[in-house]
Amino acid sequence: MLRYLAARLLRALLTIFLVVTFAFFVLHLSGDPAMMILSADAPPESIAAFRAAWGLDRPLWVQYLNYIAHALTGDLGNSMRDGRPALDLVLERVPATLSITLPAFALKLGIGIPAGIYAALHRNSTADRLTMLLSVAGFTVPSFVLALVLVLVFSVQLGWLPSAGSDQATSVILPIVTLGVAGAAILARFTRSAMLEVLGQPYIRAASAKGLSWRRVVVEHALPNAAIPTTTIVGFMVGTLIAGAVVVESVFAWPGIGRLLVSAVSNRDLAVVQAILMLVAATMVTSNILVDVIYGWIDPRLRSKGVVDAS
Amino acid sequence: MAEPLVALRGLTVDFDTGKRVIRALHGIDLDVAKGEAVGLVGESGCGKSVTWLAALGLLGKQAHVGGEVRIEGDNLVGAPVATLERVRGRRIAMIFQDPSSSLNPVHRIGRQLGEALTLHRGLTGASAAAEAQRLLDRVGIADAARRLGDYPHELSGGMNQRVMIAIALSGQPDLLVADEPTTALDATIQAQILELLGEIRRETGMALVLISHDLGVVAENTDRVCVMYAGRIVEDAPIATIFGGASHPYTRGLLAALPELEGPRRRLVPIAGVVPEPWNLPSGCSFAPRCERVIADCERAPPASEFLTPDHRVACIRAGA
Amino acid sequence: MTALLEVSGLARQFRVRRGAWPFGRSATLHAVDGVSFEIEAGRTLGLVGESGCGKSTTARLVLGLTQASRGEVRIGGEKLPPTGSAPWRAMRQRMQMVYQDPLSALDRRVRVGRQVMEPLAIHGIGASGERREKAVAMMEAVGLAPHHFERFPHELSGGQRQRIVLARALIVDPQLLVCDEPISALDVSIQAQVVNLLLDLQARLGLAYLFISHDLRMVRQVSHEVAVMYLGRIVEQGDPDQLFATPAHPYTRALVSAIPVPNRGARRRLVLAGEPPNPVDRPAGCAFHPRCPFAVARCRAEIPELRTLADGRRAACHLVEELPQSWAA
Repeated sequence: MLRYLAARLLRALLTIFLVVTFAFFVLHLSGDPAMMILSADAPPESIAAFRAAWGLDRPLWVQYLNYIAHALTGDLGNSMRDGRPALDLVLERVPATLSITLPAFALKLGIGIPAGIYAALHRNSTADRLTMLLSVAGFTVPSFVLALVLVLVFSVQLGWLPSAGSDQATSVILPIVTLGVAGAAILARFTRSAMLEVLGQPYIRAASAKGLSWRRVVVEHALPNAAIPTTTIVGFMVGTLIAGAVVVESVFAWPGIGRLLVSAVSNRDLAVVQAILMLVAATMVTSNILVDVIYGWIDPRLRSKGVVDAS
Repeated sequence: MAEPLVALRGLTVDFDTGKRVIRALHGIDLDVAKGEAVGLVGESGCGKSVTWLAALGLLGKQAHVGGEVRIEGDNLVGAPVATLERVRGRRIAMIFQDPSSSLNPVHRIGRQLGEALTLHRGLTGASAAAEAQRLLDRVGIADAARRLGDYPHELSGGMNQRVMIAIALSGQPDLLVADEPTTALDATIQAQILELLGEIRRETGMALVLISHDLGVVAENTDRVCVMYAGRIVEDAPIATIFGGASHPYTRGLLAALPELEGPRRRLVPIAGVVPEPWNLPSGCSFAPRCERVIADCERAPPASEFLTPDHRVACIRAGA
Repeated sequence: MTALLEVSGLARQFRVRRGAWPFGRSATLHAVDGVSFEIEAGRTLGLVGESGCGKSTTARLVLGLTQASRGEVRIGGEKLPPTGSAPWRAMRQRMQMVYQDPLSALDRRVRVGRQVMEPLAIHGIGASGERREKAVAMMEAVGLAPHHFERFPHELSGGQRQRIVLARALIVDPQLLVCDEPISALDVSIQAQVVNLLLDLQARLGLAYLFISHDLRMVRQVSHEVAVMYLGRIVEQGDPDQLFATPAHPYTRALVSAIPVPNRGARRRLVLAGEPPNPVDRPAGCAFHPRCPFAVARCRAEIPELRTLADGRRAACHLVEELPQSWAA
């Protein structure tokens, strides 16, 4: 097990390294930060001075090695905009993002999974059809459209909730709902099909034939099996807790990581963008490992699977 | 004759696909006496499995069941769920064709067996564990104590079928319905499982309904065979009668299509044509289009079941002719 | 005269991982371990055995669908070219395969007539008009009507689908047909139709069959010779009537006595204890010894060779001459 975890960890680090490397080159080749930050009509000497100060005048591979060397010591560089360490800038935005993504995550699970289970258990009923209709609507409507509709209804028309910003306690509500609806819709659909698949399995009929009540068949035999595929999608959602709210944060002017990313990209604030990407890659990779561990825990078949390969 | 253990009377099943209603069973009459072993034989889609799934209310909402299933005064058709749950596993237990997928892959064998013991016998904790171990031992699983901690995928198909039988025995049922219990298993394992079922029956006096497509399997393990075709029982007779003097042309056809293991090889005589689709049955005898002995009257109405002798009934107007 | 198919010392190993994930060490699985046989044109070898005995791997090895670890396959005296090479592809025209499940062997979205013609296109035989004519003729030969040409697989019955699979295999005029459980998925009354068809086609076209099945009755019905496999090796081989009437090897005895028959009468059944071991843990000596009621010390130590007995058949058992004649001791 330890050897396995070590291998997984090594792979995870490699993934993060590749993401960082890729992002580094794409960002450095896609525009000059000096122009963006100082504006294009700044005097050539100031631009040269800016480049020298940030090391942008050195060959790209030197910059890259330099960056990696610093990153290994935990130093992800400073923001070109306000000179503060990029990592600090990013980390201080994390609570704001989590304050909308975590409740939204709870909303996805709390609505999506029960709705999916209910729909599967009442297949072809009106409730099932309605759930699936809402679910299709939920994940086909883009989140910015949904956000705008919610703002129109609850802020502009009814005046109940603020339309943007983060100054009121109720400001979190619309971003959370916007994020939660799409996820809940996807999860409902996924859970429903996982449940339907399991309910069609011979062991479900065999459990009924044993004399178990339908309730116990569902709770003790169907749900644990349906949890296996559902874990995949939930794991993916965990991975998006940090960076999954870019659009919603922009629409609602929410001061989270997503908005920081958007402004950092448009400013070519390289160190900040890099730091965000690294954080995103790390969350994704961590959630992947988590999903694998959970798989092994709920599905005994994965624990002892022999792998056959030709030789 | 004594009161039968289970009596099916005019059992019908209609499947509602949403677009149309398809009749899968056209009135099954079948008695199973206490301790008796009855075989149910027929090709895929003839309704042999559906009959018993319907009897136990295991077909789901798309199936509409009609007729009667009587067991000790109760009629299970249309009975409240609580009545069905009291019968399932306790009076009538069932085992299935694919043992490995009939066990829940995420629960240990011990838990799945213990669940049935708690449900039917109120055993929990150490007494349930002890009884589970005894049952596994009884069905011939070596090292039973350790096997209780195994998952189904860690056991072979034959072992899993033994576990299914142990689960079925945990409710001490009066009747075991074995639905193609050995079809998915290898020949030598099939022999072991059938031997085990026979042993248990001799020991407990439990009745057995053995559903199979294999006339040979049924012949060796039951007293009486019901041959089914297109949702009806077409012939019902003791084993010796079926093999010595079957009356229904379909039964005869099945026997002629089976190669011998000894003696000179003869060319097989297949039954011409194919089984009709359930939604496209002929108006008369369902077998008429494939029957060599068909006459005009056969196409008029489905033939009623007639007793040729007290223990031999046939649904064919030309039987005995 | 050389036989159409000559197989000698054929073996195939697989590397497997054993033990609980993510631990485990690698081990060797001897799926097929030194199998030899011949089939002459117009004749059938029946290959029987339980799941995991290597009979399907043998089929794939014969066709070159799986690369052999050892041994060789000769078709009409020519060595089977390496899998995937151009000469191998050309050679494949002479030997075709029929699978157990006709529905999964056919493409559900393509009309069956096109699927029957397809091998002609693959091997570049005939112009497209001729191909169609030939396909219709072949479908007729396997008992299908021209109107079936435009049907989809799901519109046909199981028996009709297996006929389509047969027509597709036969359209390139093969000399050898490898049939892996060709009738197991079919109903009894349909099995007889397909078996009769196979026999008629053999009589008419002089085909050789490697007929793999777990159904001993059907194997006897179609075979000129039978080989029984256990854990990757042939344990008994000979004339079907003789082999099934008086099986020599204890495993064959058990297999034969496991066949349910209406009137067992005086013959007693030999029910084996236990299950076939995992091929990775093949027992030392005779692989069958842990389940064999007759095993002695020698059986645990020494692998029995497949040798010819006095009555002409071959068996791999140290004790075969000393065993009692009646089935069970």
